[in-house]
Amino acid sequence: MSFQPHTSSLSQANGAGTSTLDVSLGPQHPSTHGVFRMNVRMEGETITKLQPVFGYLHRNHEKLAEKMSWLACMPYTDRLDYICPITNNWAYARAVETLAGIEVPERAEYIRVIVGELTRLQNHTAFLGFILGDMGAWGSALMYAFREREKILDLFEWLTGARMMVNYMRFGGVRCDLPAGWLEKARAYVETYPAFLDEMEALLTGNEILLARLQGVGVLSAERAINGGLSGPVLRASGVDYDIRKVDGYGVYPRLKFRVPRGTVGDCFDRFMMRILEARESIEILRQAFAQIPEGPIVNPAAKQRGFKPPVGEAYGRIEGPKGELGFHLISDGGEKPARYHIRPPSLINLTLLEEMCVGTKIADVMVILGSIDIVLGEVDR
Amino acid sequence: MNLPGSGIFKGMAVTALNFVGSFFDPKREKRLITEQYPEERPTLVETSRSFPFLIFDNDPETGIRCVACKICEKECPPQCIYIVQDKDANGKAIRRPAIFDIDISVCMGCQICVEVCPFESIRMDNIYEVSSYGRFGDLVIHKNQLLKSNEYYRQIHPTEAAETDARIEAARIKKAAAAKAAAEKAAAAKAAKEAEAKAAATTTQPEQPAQ
Repeated sequence: MSFQPHTSSLSQANGAGTSTLDVSLGPQHPSTHGVFRMNVRMEGETITKLQPVFGYLHRNHEKLAEKMSWLACMPYTDRLDYICPITNNWAYARAVETLAGIEVPERAEYIRVIVGELTRLQNHTAFLGFILGDMGAWGSALMYAFREREKILDLFEWLTGARMMVNYMRFGGVRCDLPAGWLEKARAYVETYPAFLDEMEALLTGNEILLARLQGVGVLSAERAINGGLSGPVLRASGVDYDIRKVDGYGVYPRLKFRVPRGTVGDCFDRFMMRILEARESIEILRQAFAQIPEGPIVNPAAKQRGFKPPVGEAYGRIEGPKGELGFHLISDGGEKPARYHIRPPSLINLTLLEEMCVGTKIADVMVILGSIDIVLGEVDR
Repeated sequence: MNLPGSGIFKGMAVTALNFVGSFFDPKREKRLITEQYPEERPTLVETSRSFPFLIFDNDPETGIRCVACKICEKECPPQCIYIVQDKDANGKAIRRPAIFDIDISVCMGCQICVEVCPFESIRMDNIYEVSSYGRFGDLVIHKNQLLKSNEYYRQIHPTEAAETDARIEAARIKKAAAAKAAAEKAAAAKAAKEAEAKAAATTTQPEQPAQ
């Protein structure tokens, strides 16, 4: 049975028929995850052309960094992807450590893995809520997700003093040690997380409406995903086995055992499931890290923070952020300030294939596809 | 394969459980967790931070720790600190700030000023109700508002304050020991010099009558 497009007798009488319609979606739209605009051309309800327009949240981050000391750039990286600030700190710290050849003590590496994986958990939790919002279920799922995310943010606040703008990592380590009792609390929390995921899966994964909205929508082939330079869960949903934690093996990840989930179809449902599976793997990583974390210094005493001057050179440091490959390309002229400071934000690069995924689908699916890429405009516009 | 629609009912059951649980959950995990803000105040964690303040010991006039070295002013990422060094009656600069302003509409609470301060004089406060009617002037916090006692610091961040106090005490003991050692050294040197002079005097003494 196929659905026949309906043309009203009135429009036929006027000789109008179906006409092309240009719509400017955004920037003030609840489902655009910030201030993002799309110029959409539609044939009836079907998308024929889509042009992303961004820059509404541009804050001149890269140029500002050239006017600031190396340390002063650190709190600004919190504001890139404001959903997961700790991984942003980590990527920048890693780039600077590559540039200056700074060793990181073992305990600091474990702390980084723990807070990094907690960040991945809370990002994917928020994603589960947001994508339901994009589908129009603006309520229960988002509230449950945010109730859970708040518990992780409470852990971050206890550790760093702020829920989101943490400013936690330093060159060669982290700013402060775990407070007494933090590890036990975090461990106890992580043990409750699978129950939440099970509840979310009972609520969502089998739901026929959700399946109808996600399956077969916005299909992206592995070839196109690789050619587009995508990374993170969006790339792996298309069936590509590429995880920087495995490929680069940075930090203490080679010592931790975890699997990299992969999709088969590359549609929105694969991208949705990818988050759930990754969160489950993150729990495994966290359990191992809690068991292995050693005592010791948390920051390399040889690394200078104030008045830090790395040697002349150039370095690219990258990590597997919750949204994909987050990299910092830094050029130093030996001075107190970066000579050039460039960010490779996963959200921006993942957006580049949006038109390809959307053309041919209905206007209501555009929000779902955009939501399944999981962007944050703070990172796209910088 | 499940019955069509069973997924929806399963989801509905979860929602129903959460709804009922928000009132009667025995494990209190799903209970309502919303804070009724103006009536209920959040209990802040110890490390919680908002804006910086200046510490003084005992007296806000003489006990101010800040020496107006301007390191925080230079390092502050959004450049929200403004410091002018004080001068005495003769126009000579003294180690004390005459003006110390922080524009909290610009401050982002990153606590880099705290980390770079070598004199343990600037610390993070945990105040959060600082809204005002004036858009520009009212949000610039001046020195007299910024100065808070060390007791207040101990009250809001007990662990951190204890560490800071221990550090200051250790530095004071070290300094006192160094001063004592220096004084002893000076005394010893003086004694040696005197002895030398005395010895010289005794050797030259027999010639004195001849002069």
